[in-house]
Amino acid sequence: MAEGLFKEGIAAARLSPEKYADNFSDLHPPLDHHEALVESDRCYFCYDAPCMQACPTSIDIPLFIRQISTGNPIGSAKTIFDQNILGGMCARVCPTETLCEEVCVREVAEGKPVQIGRLQRYATDVAMAQNKQFYERANNTGKKVAVVGAGPAGLAAAHRLARYGHEVTVLEAREKSGGLNEYGIAAYKSTDNFAQAEVDYVTAIGGISIVNGKALGRDYALSDLTASYDAVFLGLGLTGVNALRAEGEESDGVENAVEFIAELRQARDLSALEVGRRVVVIGGGMTAIDAAVQSKLLGAEEVTICYRRGKEHMNASEFEQDLATSKGVTIRHWMQPKMVVAENGRVAGIELEYTAMAGEKLAGTGKTLRLEADQVFKAIGQSFDPASLNGSGASIAMEAGRIKVDAEGRTSLPKVWAGGDCIFGGDDLTVSGVAQGRDAAESIHLALMGG
Amino acid sequence: MADIRNNFVGIKSPNPFWLASAPPTDKAYNVIRAFKAGWGGVVWKTLGEEGPPVVNVNGPRYGAIWGADRRLLGLNNIELITDRDLFVNLREIKQVKKDWPDRAVVVSLMVPCEEHSWKAILPLVEETEADGIELNFGCPHGMSERGMGSAVGQVPEYIEMVARWCKQYTRMPVIVKLTPNITDIRYPARAAMRGGADAVSLINTITSITSVNLDSFSPEPSIDGKGSHGGYCGPAVKPIALNMVAQIARDRETHGLPISGIGGVTTWRDAAEFLALGAGNVQVCTAAMTYGFKIVQEMIEGLKNWMDEKGHANLDSIIGRATPNVTEWQHLNLNYVAKAHIDQDACIKCGRCHIACEDTSHQAITSMVDGKRHFEVIEEECVGCNLCVNVCPVENCITMDPLAPGELDRRTGKTVSPIYANWTEHPNNPMAKVAAE
Repeated sequence: MAEGLFKEGIAAARLSPEKYADNFSDLHPPLDHHEALVESDRCYFCYDAPCMQACPTSIDIPLFIRQISTGNPIGSAKTIFDQNILGGMCARVCPTETLCEEVCVREVAEGKPVQIGRLQRYATDVAMAQNKQFYERANNTGKKVAVVGAGPAGLAAAHRLARYGHEVTVLEAREKSGGLNEYGIAAYKSTDNFAQAEVDYVTAIGGISIVNGKALGRDYALSDLTASYDAVFLGLGLTGVNALRAEGEESDGVENAVEFIAELRQARDLSALEVGRRVVVIGGGMTAIDAAVQSKLLGAEEVTICYRRGKEHMNASEFEQDLATSKGVTIRHWMQPKMVVAENGRVAGIELEYTAMAGEKLAGTGKTLRLEADQVFKAIGQSFDPASLNGSGASIAMEAGRIKVDAEGRTSLPKVWAGGDCIFGGDDLTVSGVAQGRDAAESIHLALMGG
Repeated sequence: MADIRNNFVGIKSPNPFWLASAPPTDKAYNVIRAFKAGWGGVVWKTLGEEGPPVVNVNGPRYGAIWGADRRLLGLNNIELITDRDLFVNLREIKQVKKDWPDRAVVVSLMVPCEEHSWKAILPLVEETEADGIELNFGCPHGMSERGMGSAVGQVPEYIEMVARWCKQYTRMPVIVKLTPNITDIRYPARAAMRGGADAVSLINTITSITSVNLDSFSPEPSIDGKGSHGGYCGPAVKPIALNMVAQIARDRETHGLPISGIGGVTTWRDAAEFLALGAGNVQVCTAAMTYGFKIVQEMIEGLKNWMDEKGHANLDSIIGRATPNVTEWQHLNLNYVAKAHIDQDACIKCGRCHIACEDTSHQAITSMVDGKRHFEVIEEECVGCNLCVNVCPVENCITMDPLAPGELDRRTGKTVSPIYANWTEHPNNPMAKVAAE
């Protein structure tokens, strides 16, 4: 991967034009018809299937795979969408290796699970290519629901509410809808503008109007919504980025990984995108992997992920770690950032301190290492920024920095539900956001129609 | 090294694998390729009487069913007997036999059910110095509409009559090929024996429609929107063929009548099973048509390896070894009690044994124990039916373990008797009671 043109510092156009297309093509190319038949036949149609239990949206996986095997991909897609209207994106981005495929009995038996994610993509692709819509809106209930955030949780909630005949307005702060599906996922996992195609597919049911460029706390307050809607669903996501808490963090060249990923996804011309010659990514989750891999794919010469604990503690799945190393990323463990070394205000390197467990706690050892770097990405987690909720009158109850909800997604405020990454207990997965949005919509529907 | 040389009604071949009368043995070109590949013999594709040859359809002749990954499980055909000139065939047969004296060359025949027709063709075949003839009383499609093929094979009296003519007009061994499209295979076999036939071969293909095109509503294979039943063969028919071979092998009347086993033989193992049930050799078609002639190498070596491993010196030491173990249901030992046992280390927890037993059988397998998915046999309920073994995707994970005499059968609460006891003696059998009184 070191075939990039030699350019010092942070620079664009490190690769030949065709190399960009190659590097950012589909990570998992779709299964063709015959491959899908063969793969679907591997499924044992388990009773009380572990894969189904492991799916946050409880998709009936044995059934949808059997439907593929019998030449009924449309029926299969309906089985998927019944539980997860964003089944197309989840098929692409779910860490299946730690969810359904991890517990597949074939994984247990032979270390080779049924490729559930790719089969799900096959079925949903067939249905979406035909714009096959499975759901009709119920008669208009006259109830209005506001959904804040057009990410996975918000879209799932909006779709389920629209099915029940409620009128849904989705308010989205960004230019485009889709949330992290549009802005937060590596480009090679969602090619061909899939996130937008999916937004169109979900909203095609009708009864959902999305207003982009409207940010909570800036353009309107939560109290405005509770005053004019029958119910509100908050799918705000996370907007804060955790700091390194290292000296020199403000130097030029120290950037948030999430912004780099978003910028890359939105870039029309990848060769215009700048990346460092030597890139260091601090963190151990999916965001760290996505930023590191894409830096390498953009032509960075050296990319190093530094994580403060061991390999087994990384949030990124083993598959993701292997993906990174296969692309030439070096992953270093047990080291934390101590100081960003700057020259003339620009990053020139980073000083890291080796860590070790001191009893139950992680502690610096005092031994350090300096890596040369001209770009440092922060990927040590995101935080919920509650400022947007200010001015809502009564304050919403929080837990560990995120919105507190009950089992049905109700917040402490009447008429207000929440789901996705902004709630406490969220696990930062698209599929979990979908489940929470869908379930909150069920709760909202009950509340609106019961009362 | 095991000796697999075959002597079938005096016809010698270096191994017991013959190609059945079918497209693979249509002409010298194919047969020579087969002999080069190692086949022990061929039954030349059926010749008809002198005159204009039959014509075949000009659309598809075959239909099939498949497993996953398009593994061919069953093949169906509507091809007729040879559509080549009789004398071209005869010349080729003569030349091939001359060039390959160590291989078996048997000629399949189908002419109208009249004495003069058989009397006319037999000397022509004899002149080729072929090793024998096989009477095609089996093809269930096309020719049967003209009073030949299975139309003859379904009437034992005709079988006997034609077999007798053939024995009368030729010195060659006569093999009668039987159709399975009949209620009891023993009747045509007995008829062949009465007619003096040297052997029977079976099964010919089974009347079938493989599938229906759900767009055009035409049966497959579709000829201009219409379909006709064909003859079904391939791996799917093997169990039917095995049973019919065994029925003839153990029938009091036909016991000892040589049998050439046909029907879904695909591997050495299939062949060994036919031999064990009493076949003197086997004939193969679909496997060759699926994979080419080379498969015979696997069959030859596989059979030899198994025989060496088990200490069987030659084919005679395996032929018919399983026949005595085939019996009527009423003679099965009702005091043999087996229980399923699940090897928890091998279990991958798919739950198929549970749901099969729970929904369709005896509710004898758990799905949850102490809040965990756990599949275990409930001996109090297990009748030993073997369904769980058959649906389990892991070989040898579930086994049927017999209870030893004296052990408690927790389902019945009785101890297992060491004495053999069958239905004919069972108190619930009204016939047994009558006998006792």
